Amino acid sequence: MNLFSRRSFHHGVHPDSEKAATRDLPIRRFPFAPLLVVPLEQHAGRPARAVVREGQEIRRGQKLGEADGEISAAVHAPASGMVRRIGLVPSPLGRMVSGVYLEPWPGSTQEVAEGAPCDPATATSEEIITAIKHAGIVGLGGAAFPTHAKLRVPDGQVDVLIINGAECEPYLTTDYRVMLEQTDDLLLGIRYLLKATAARRAILALEHHTRDVSDQVRASATDLPLELRVLAVKYPQGAEKLLIKTLLGREVPSGSHPVAVGALCINAATAAEIGRLLPHGRGILERVVTFAGSGIDNKGNYRIPIGTPLRFALETVGTTEAVSRVLLGGPMMGQTVADLDVPITKGISGVIAFAHTPPATVYPCIRCARCLEACPLDLNPAELGALARAGEHERMATEYHLADCFECGACSFICPSHLPLVQEFRSSKAYLRRIPATSE
Amino acid sequence: MSDTLEIATSPHVTGGASVDRIMRDVVIALAPVVAFAVYHFGLAALATLTVATIACLMTERLLSKTQTLGDWSAAVTGLLLGLSLPPGLPLWMAALGGVAAIAVGKTLFGGLGCNAFNPALVGRAFLAAAFPAAMTTWLAPGGPERFAMLPASSLAWPFATPAYDGMTAATPLSSWKFSQVTTDTADLAFGLTAGSTGETCALLIIAGGLYLIVRRVANWRIPLSLLATVAILSAGFHALDPTRFPDAGFMLLSGGLMLGAVFMATDTVASPLTPLGAWLYGALIGVLTVMIRLFGGLPEGVMYAILLANAVAPLIDRWLQPRVFGTTRRSA
Repeated sequence: MNLFSRRSFHHGVHPDSEKAATRDLPIRRFPFAPLLVVPLEQHAGRPARAVVREGQEIRRGQKLGEADGEISAAVHAPASGMVRRIGLVPSPLGRMVSGVYLEPWPGSTQEVAEGAPCDPATATSEEIITAIKHAGIVGLGGAAFPTHAKLRVPDGQVDVLIINGAECEPYLTTDYRVMLEQTDDLLLGIRYLLKATAARRAILALEHHTRDVSDQVRASATDLPLELRVLAVKYPQGAEKLLIKTLLGREVPSGSHPVAVGALCINAATAAEIGRLLPHGRGILERVVTFAGSGIDNKGNYRIPIGTPLRFALETVGTTEAVSRVLLGGPMMGQTVADLDVPITKGISGVIAFAHTPPATVYPCIRCARCLEACPLDLNPAELGALARAGEHERMATEYHLADCFECGACSFICPSHLPLVQEFRSSKAYLRRIPATSE
Repeated sequence: MSDTLEIATSPHVTGGASVDRIMRDVVIALAPVVAFAVYHFGLAALATLTVATIACLMTERLLSKTQTLGDWSAAVTGLLLGLSLPPGLPLWMAALGGVAAIAVGKTLFGGLGCNAFNPALVGRAFLAAAFPAAMTTWLAPGGPERFAMLPASSLAWPFATPAYDGMTAATPLSSWKFSQVTTDTADLAFGLTAGSTGETCALLIIAGGLYLIVRRVANWRIPLSLLATVAILSAGFHALDPTRFPDAGFMLLSGGLMLGAVFMATDTVASPLTPLGAWLYGALIGVLTVMIRLFGGLPEGVMYAILLANAVAPLIDRWLQPRVFGTTRRSA
């Protein structure tokens, strides 16, 4: 096993990790909120189709919504209780989406309804993918792309399965805790995934500060064709394309998916969830979320029911007086919420609360080129920013590869003029989406 | 919890860099050079630096639409201008140079971040064009009275011909150009020669440059490429004809080359953004400097070399975009 490979991708930045506050705390359970808000749109693609009606009594684990088509995911009841209302609910996407208000029964034992188990020894690739679809599993790293859709690749096209344990966002330690505490689930999940994709081998990618996971994995002697790789700590190491570059030296072509170079990346917590759910035929009912930041009293990792409103979650962990900014995800790519009625969904890896900090003075670009030395894709953020401010959005796309930017935030992080570069790029992308492509 | 939540866009943490810290680092890197200049030339250097800097700060304050004195950039321009002027230059000329540097070199282009040319060099070029005699008359260093009184030339009235008390000397470059006399390398390194206020001591300038590179303020590719180009070219010419062309050490350490390479060519605003662009830009300045010095009518060419390279920096950027991840060819 090649344990101390410190190879890495080009450029990147080194934000303070801030993980010390939560990394050594075991995952804790979370109480049920008096009313759960379960969006049917928690994933990329089409919203799930509701299969319950208002007033219906529901068992924990029963489906609330079926996947509507291929790029969609099922949604399960996180608690036994009654469907109070079906309609629009607030969502982390920033808009109202269709969803279910579920009132948990206070006295219920909260036993989980189970479906058909999927045996890793006998199941075929198709059976595993179908089981994953029924479990409503999506990428838990944040993108929330339906996992079954990602796994449907032509036979023989994927030779390496990459399990992404490089949790490069500051503050977040959920993947680390899951890998450490659910090592058996993780390995079982990898077994399912290897079979589903017909990949010949798997690589578990860890960052140097989470290398103790590798001892755990080796301790649970496994016959899997699994390689462990410990990578240098650098942001954004966990970005799929950069991880593939680091591990395999392969460069995913612009505009393509990793499958184009024979690789498939699955987030480590997603793999562990597959290993936890499939043997029992269960669906995703909860997920592990890091609560951290200066504004949180009881920082840590919590296994929290899907649909728990943020207000209830923050009251439960306790917040300081001064909290004025609440983020979902990590501080590099996460988004602020305006409304604490927003619920925890499958894609939320962290809830971070900060006290108010006065915004830094914005200066004009002094062309110091630090952003060029930070951009992991070798884009030219300074030039892109100048074009965005000049309103030349088309040139950003045609000459400077705007579409390749995945908004990791390294350029804004490093900018001594404190320019909101990523936001400028988002605005330009939004502008270009509104222009019909035929306008040339 | 606060009643209202802030909405902000990611990223929500920053690396702590800021423009004023960058400019302050330049001032810190210049401090030993300034101290040596004052030691070497006495009050004449102190007065030149002070007047140039104050003229820059006041012009910035008067003309700039936004208050940008706090970012230290006008102070950097003033110091660099002062360091590039002959000590003993009439102070009213130094003040005029400061006004030109900020007004023409910076504000006219749109202020901080917009200057196409290094503002200090714009000020210097203006003075060189307007007052060619005064700009090429060099105070002899280390005069015994240098801490007691200003030279008479410093205090010359505007538009009067300055009197130089006979205390002038030739710079190493002009003695070579006009009398074929070379200067000892150690004297050049330690700065024991005549010349512009801050250009003489190569070692202190290099130290400042290393500080800027460590602090990631200066793009190391530019001085490296520039100095390497000058070294290779001049070594080549020296090998061809040692009597006609001076050796590489002399070329590197004499005149304004070090000061220009470390502090002026690295002006981020007027230099290319891309790594390959920085290499080419540095090399271009090196080639132009050697050509002007060896084959031009002037003994020194660093200033015009940098200004010319500034002019083509945007073009260089357009040609030499980095290859974007996952693409096969350079764009733009």
